[in-house]
Amino acid sequence: METSWLDFEKPIVELEQKIRDLREFADREGLEFGEAIHKLEVKAERLRREVYSNLTPWQRVQLARHPRRPYFLDYLDVLFTDFTELHGDRCFGDDAAIVGGPARFEGRPVMVLGQQKGRNTREKMARNFGMPHPEGYRKALRLMRLAEKFGMPLITFVDTPGAYPGIGAEERGQSEAIARNLREMAGLRVPILVLVIGEGGSGGALAIAVGDRILMLENSVYSVITAEGCAAILWKDQAKAPDAAAAMKVTAQDILNFGIIDGIVPEPSGGAHRDPAAVTQALRDEIRRFLTEHASLPVDQLLDARLAKFLRIGVYAETA
Amino acid sequence: MTGEGTGSMAEGSEPKGKNDGSPAPPGTWVKCPGCDEILYRRELEQTEWVCHSCNHHFGISRDGISVEEYLGLLLDPGSFIELFGGITSVDPLGFKDSTRYKDRLAKATATGRREAVITGRGNLDGLPLHIAVMDFGFLGGSMASAVGEKITRTAQEALRAETPLVIVSASGGARMQEGIFSLMQMAKTSALLGRIAAAELPYISILTHPTTGGVTASFASLGDVILAEPGALIGFAGQRVIEQTIKQKLPEGFQRSEFLLEHGMIDRIVPRREMRGVLSTLLRQFMDARAVRGAA
Repeated sequence: METSWLDFEKPIVELEQKIRDLREFADREGLEFGEAIHKLEVKAERLRREVYSNLTPWQRVQLARHPRRPYFLDYLDVLFTDFTELHGDRCFGDDAAIVGGPARFEGRPVMVLGQQKGRNTREKMARNFGMPHPEGYRKALRLMRLAEKFGMPLITFVDTPGAYPGIGAEERGQSEAIARNLREMAGLRVPILVLVIGEGGSGGALAIAVGDRILMLENSVYSVITAEGCAAILWKDQAKAPDAAAAMKVTAQDILNFGIIDGIVPEPSGGAHRDPAAVTQALRDEIRRFLTEHASLPVDQLLDARLAKFLRIGVYAETA
Repeated sequence: MTGEGTGSMAEGSEPKGKNDGSPAPPGTWVKCPGCDEILYRRELEQTEWVCHSCNHHFGISRDGISVEEYLGLLLDPGSFIELFGGITSVDPLGFKDSTRYKDRLAKATATGRREAVITGRGNLDGLPLHIAVMDFGFLGGSMASAVGEKITRTAQEALRAETPLVIVSASGGARMQEGIFSLMQMAKTSALLGRIAAAELPYISILTHPTTGGVTASFASLGDVILAEPGALIGFAGQRVIEQTIKQKLPEGFQRSEFLLEHGMIDRIVPRREMRGVLSTLLRQFMDARAVRGAA
């Protein structure tokens, strides 16, 4: 058994493997195990339903970070054609934690960008685990401006633990880079679709996530700080991350209930990694729908609606 | 970060391990966090809470300059009118760690403060403006729904009345107890500042000790001009988080005003006593120029 399965997935994955092995054996030997296989399949289905219909917030966080979960580039390859990656912020450098450039979606020119985590150790290092530096956010802004210039709708894929907290990031103005993107995205004169596909980690996620329509994959999460970070500060104990994840209400369903996002893109039972093709198809439908609905709106109407959407967010009391 | 785990993200970010955001006995004497000298409170009030010995600028908090004193420093006497003072925090998530968020709010409110920011309008040398001053003494000046709403409404008033906007920041960052609502205030306030910019109204951001996390990564960094008090801690990530990430000690002066000036991230360092004059000069120039163009 490979180690990249989560503890609560293992019994399911093992049972599924057993069914596959049995079927192979039956085929090879020309034996009839139909009934036995059927029984196991019923059991597997029951087990899947048991585990996946009662996921805790922490389990959602684990699924959102799953080592097998499809990343931005996995979707990019399948959903878009003619993608040309463009590099650099024209100020300091290129940040591999953010990838972007013009492409076509079903023939239509769009600008697409997102965070990329990296699959193996070497890739993870190169992409800094998907934690951008200021130059990443500035590259993103440069591409957004390019999209605006040529009237290309912008599609962003959000998947980051957060903006990188390091000396260089502070020296080069991590705060300024994030803040500027928030302001500029709010006023960008093209339609913006935001897809949270994994971890929506704090300001580092938000800096590419101001848009007209914001969707989250079913098992993605969105939070003001990582569960570990919150636990370390408020519980004085990182091991309390599951409690922090529950308390902060980070799941897609929570965020939808709060009225902060516009919808949830369903994942196959067990998560996106169990059937990437199905998730990709669901995303394709959403992108097509967005482009159909938003492409022809007058820009000023689009921007007023975008502003109003964010001005509504917040829960407070008010007395005269 | 106050000593009570207020939920700010910049814990452990106080100078030399001192904590000038925490409650001190309201005695006659105050120990300077900068140089450890014992200072006479009455004298500190007369020097705008700046240490005569080491120039340490006490932060906007319970143990330092109050929001009211800071407003008095910047505005014409008696000109401040508070707006949106009735907007206060609630507990949208039913959040509980070692303490309930509701109880933290009640305790913070018991000090006589209502929220981590005070907003309103006033005049500076006769020039009308809208202003927000954050209060580190209220849950570490943390960004909550109410904070975002008050700042946004104040900016909307500036837009409507065509006045400049001034925000004086002092914050440990997000108020984690409000989860995603806290995060989204960054987008909300920044989005409206886009409209202020489009209307060509000046927005000046004043950074005081400390300004970190979500506040730095939104409105505090978006000023047409960014002024900082000397020695203020200003940054995105908390120092402990950075040290844990990079596994090394941070250099002396890291994330201080002087460091930011050197790296081109702020326009000027302005001692508290001179802040009013610099602010007045800049705002008058911008508004005069705007009026000339408007008349042309």
